[in-house]
Amino acid sequence: MEYLLLQILNGVQLGLLMFLLAAGLTLTFGIMDLVNLAHGSLYMMGAYIAWTLIAWTDSFVLGALLTLPATFVLGIVVERVVARRLYARDHLDQVLATFGLILFFNELVRVIWGPAGKSIAVPRFLAHTIEIMPGAPYPAYRFAIIVVGAAVALLLAWLVARTRVGMLIRAGASNRRMIAALGINIELLFSLVFGLGAVFAALAGLMAAPVTSVKIGMGDDILILAFVIIVIGGIGSIKGAFVAAMLVGQIDIIGRAFLPDMLKTFLSPSAAASAAPSISQVLVYVLMAGVLIWRPTGLFGQRN
Amino acid sequence: MATLLASLRSPRGLLTVLVLVLLAVLPLLTQAFDQRYLLSIGTRIVIWAIAAVSLNMILGYGGLVSFGHAVFFGVGGYAVGILSANGLHSGWLQWPVGILAAATWAALVGTLSLRTRGVYFIMITLAFAQLVYYIGAGLEAYGADDGLNISRSRFPGVIDLRDKASFYWLCFVLLCGTLWFCQRFANSRFGFVLRGAKSNDLRMTALGFPVFRYRLAAFTISGAFGGLAGILLANEGAYISPAMMSWIKSGDLIIIVVLGGMGTLFGPLYGAIAFFALEEFLPPLLDLGGKDWGEYWQIVFGPMLILIALYARGGIDSLLGRTEGRRNG
Repeated sequence: MEYLLLQILNGVQLGLLMFLLAAGLTLTFGIMDLVNLAHGSLYMMGAYIAWTLIAWTDSFVLGALLTLPATFVLGIVVERVVARRLYARDHLDQVLATFGLILFFNELVRVIWGPAGKSIAVPRFLAHTIEIMPGAPYPAYRFAIIVVGAAVALLLAWLVARTRVGMLIRAGASNRRMIAALGINIELLFSLVFGLGAVFAALAGLMAAPVTSVKIGMGDDILILAFVIIVIGGIGSIKGAFVAAMLVGQIDIIGRAFLPDMLKTFLSPSAAASAAPSISQVLVYVLMAGVLIWRPTGLFGQRN
Repeated sequence: MATLLASLRSPRGLLTVLVLVLLAVLPLLTQAFDQRYLLSIGTRIVIWAIAAVSLNMILGYGGLVSFGHAVFFGVGGYAVGILSANGLHSGWLQWPVGILAAATWAALVGTLSLRTRGVYFIMITLAFAQLVYYIGAGLEAYGADDGLNISRSRFPGVIDLRDKASFYWLCFVLLCGTLWFCQRFANSRFGFVLRGAKSNDLRMTALGFPVFRYRLAAFTISGAFGGLAGILLANEGAYISPAMMSWIKSGDLIIIVVLGGMGTLFGPLYGAIAFFALEEFLPPLLDLGGKDWGEYWQIVFGPMLILIALYARGGIDSLLGRTEGRRNG
């Protein structure tokens, strides 16, 4: 029972991280109609910039807080230099150009930080476990990820649903030409959304860093998962991204945690251990295929 | 033959003949100049060109942006690897199985994914490729993540694939066969329906063509040729691994097709040559600066891709004049 609860918490934690990544992606996708493969690079840059700033300030919290404006600026630069030229292009051009951005950023990281991975230590004040239930200790840092992730998700929900900027974002997602015609400075809105997406991606990257590791290409595979999430949720829908991220987080963790034991009944232990993570990944893609066959525009996508 | 001679008069035809002749005699050249390493690059170029030509059939002529084409490297390669690991070494068995497996998988993926449009199509083809990737990564018996060394396919009495030059020539002949097929394919009624559907599928449907079925057939054929490339790739290195079907490789294939010229017959071949030439020669070129910048060649290649996407969509083929490129524009 405790084990199950801990695994569900792990799933929530993964889901919230994925949501942070997917939120920016679904906004740029929904509003600017941009397939941004380089979103994973912003996740990676967030982790690397945080590594530098944490080492420089000698404080996790301070370094992390400084990383956010830094990546906001980075996002704006990427938007101004490359991304905005792509909005009007077809998806193939976007895939190609943002693939180029991935190569560029991976190599840039190698030039600046070197080929070896980095690690960010869990901050000292969170390097302990807390008992969420008697007899079920849970790492405080992972719990902090859940708290921060949930807070940011709520903040985003408030921003999108209750503020004027959010109103413009929603309007942009449903008809960007119309809001441009109504006199809204759409270029500024696009920059803002892209920068905001970069901040969320970077936040996900830096929070994930102490539990995974900071390495070149860390954003590449997780990016694909983020794409799967926004496609399942429906492109442009924040709510869809949230629901899909939670689903994917649970499938992934449950798969990893419980499949090995189930597989051991008919596979050798080592085969079961190596097959389980793969099967949980496969399940995620099966879910996506199933959703698309059932609803070709995702769970919360606009049907037109 | 007459058309071949006539084609020599245009720069495009001249370059094509030159490239094909050069590729045909490459093993002799590399032996004469004692540059064996170049032969292995040449082999990879030829194999990737086969895959790129097959991707071009759906991407270039059909306008279907498949972002999971490297999966057929994996399906073809793993068919060879799995049979070979179980003691079935005959190429006469392995190769048809590999091609059939790739075509079957393509038909299945096509049936599901061709119902979607635009970004959803890109993502669903990618997702199916990732699915196979993770299956490959989970096959403990066949090396899981690390991959597996295999023995090459055997064609006793016909050809020894361990001989680098023979293997190269086999790949080259298969590339010529693929190009021949693609030429017939693109200029057939079938090809014109596909190209028509690319520019306006509503209109083609209104004209009474079952667009979905045409696309599915093209997708399946394309997958079969992709599987062939995978079989060759597995034999080239005598090695299979999930990495051969990572999504980065699918991206590389798209780059090759766009770099060479989408919807042109020889574009993918030029693209493959240019891609591997850049990979080989950009690093030493950057090293000329004095420092060891060559290691970081992708920092130049990445922005190059962005510029190509923004300003040079016709690819290399369009540099050779507009006749063919325009017809497919």
